[in-house]
Amino acid sequence: MNRAATVDRVATLAVALLALMLCGAIFVPMFARHDPLAIGDVLALRLVPPLGHDSAGAWHLLGTDRFGRDLFVRMMLAARVSLALGVGGSLLAALIGTVAGAAAGWLGGITDRVTMAIADALLAIPRLVLLLVCAALWRPGLLTVLIVLGATGWMGVARIIRGEVLGVRARPFVEAANALGVRHWRVLVRHVIPNAIGPTIVATTLGVGNAILLESGLSFLGLGIQPPQPSWGNMIAGGRDLIVAAPWVALAPGLALIVTVLAVTLLGDRLRDTVAGRQVRMARQLGERT
Amino acid sequence: MQNEVSVIARRMADAIVLFWLVVTIIFVLIRMAPGDPADFLVPPTATAADAARLRADLGLDRPLIVQYAHWAGAVVRGNLGESFSSRQPVSRILLDAAPVSIALGGISLLLTFLIGVPVGMFQAANRSNALDGLTTVLTTAVYAAPSFWIALALVAVFTYGAASLGVPAALRLPAFGIRTPGIVLGGWAGLVDLARHAVLPVVTLTAVGAAGIARYSRSAVADVLDEGWVGMARAKGAPPARLYATHILRNVTPQLTVLAALSLPGLIAGSVFVESVFAWPGLGKAMLVAIQARDYPVVMGATVFYAAAVIFANLAADIVLPLLDPRRGAHAA
Repeated sequence: MNRAATVDRVATLAVALLALMLCGAIFVPMFARHDPLAIGDVLALRLVPPLGHDSAGAWHLLGTDRFGRDLFVRMMLAARVSLALGVGGSLLAALIGTVAGAAAGWLGGITDRVTMAIADALLAIPRLVLLLVCAALWRPGLLTVLIVLGATGWMGVARIIRGEVLGVRARPFVEAANALGVRHWRVLVRHVIPNAIGPTIVATTLGVGNAILLESGLSFLGLGIQPPQPSWGNMIAGGRDLIVAAPWVALAPGLALIVTVLAVTLLGDRLRDTVAGRQVRMARQLGERT
Repeated sequence: MQNEVSVIARRMADAIVLFWLVVTIIFVLIRMAPGDPADFLVPPTATAADAARLRADLGLDRPLIVQYAHWAGAVVRGNLGESFSSRQPVSRILLDAAPVSIALGGISLLLTFLIGVPVGMFQAANRSNALDGLTTVLTTAVYAAPSFWIALALVAVFTYGAASLGVPAALRLPAFGIRTPGIVLGGWAGLVDLARHAVLPVVTLTAVGAAGIARYSRSAVADVLDEGWVGMARAKGAPPARLYATHILRNVTPQLTVLAALSLPGLIAGSVFVESVFAWPGLGKAMLVAIQARDYPVVMGATVFYAAAVIFANLAADIVLPLLDPRRGAHAA
């Protein structure tokens, strides 16, 4: 009880970092003096080191890339893509997983067996390999990455939801609802899914960090977001052959990525502890009652 | 005993069914994709007739179900077909590349556990003070860093950084490749050369892996610490070092072994980035090249290989677990 009442410093830090990143992603490209996509006087502006001034006198927080574009503004423009895909990809995976898991658990029989067999088979292929194959075969781009992230990440949530559905189905209140003639899908949506929501939120939050990492990996390999649209992954790839001469071009965008995934992961861990704690408490109460 | 054998037999049957499912899914996935591989393979000046001839030659003009039966049948016999682009057997390409990835993954896995488990223990032991929070943020930060970024950061430090500090070239770590090009080194000198080239890739994979293992062992050890017998041992005056090194380690060993078995395939797959950054001729590199060339048989073969590794590791973990944890008999699992 005491723990919940005191301010959780790690969670606060994580939320603050994410809020900062989101604000940066929204506002920095809007108000920046440097155009993140335009290529100007390349020879005069390129490869300015971090905190340096270019020959026109403008100051660059993280320096400039090989075309003289400001790295900080580009990094924040990339944050829009990476954050949107991370959250979108994880939410899509959670949605597919919820539908598949609920269908499998509720309908049982052949639906259950087929769904879980597909989930097992997809889990047997390392997710990165699955992503590479899918991303490579379809035309690379935002929508492809989003769909591929959803299609390769739903199995965990499907298992959680299926397990909860199977557990809740046998409880008396579901039987009562059925006896009262409440429609099946209504029982599912109103009574069964809410019971499974805690672990799903945890899995989805941790999934955001994973999705951001995977998106950056695909873009790094040239199979994700395509330049000139910046994403953290393709910005790192863009600085790859400059790593000896101008290491900041590749390394700076990674800092935003690391901070974001760190914050999401810390937040997910905290949520997991909270959900687990709640379940332990609920189990104890149930145990005391019987 | 009879019972255990039948459990293992059932597990193996499940694994075979799962493998067949994976083979089917890979086939469906790849054939669902738009685009015709023959269009990528013919030279730009080829006519439509040339493309049609190539398509017939590769068997791509036959009905999908025939192609599937043909491919699945061949996979079962261990034949993964031949590469569209180099016309080499796929199994040859994979077998040439696999040792590099497996050696890289295996060494990194070993180091990952040697570093990750003690770090996790240290964190669990310091649960009540600030050291744990600090270490958690540190390990999570490493865990949050993509391996290709860590790889590039290491290259920057050991080339750019070392050069600007005036470290002589002979002492700097090589950043790319598996051997020094141009000179042939035999015996001992060749091994040293290989080892020097392996340092940065191994450190990269180990850093990422150890951070994950530390996160896992922290919670595993913390759970054990909550058990009554730990308090009992402490009250009896058991030295903490002995408590951790023998009793607690022994209690988390089964979970960690399963984790090791399950993380090896991922580690081998994860080396795609490391192999790409450091230009190591492993499986990941072979797969990337094949993906870019739409060399379907190699892509499918590599995916089958990875899946087989995962399924085999799962099976091995299932079989080994009861041996490590006497409380969990084979029939209980």
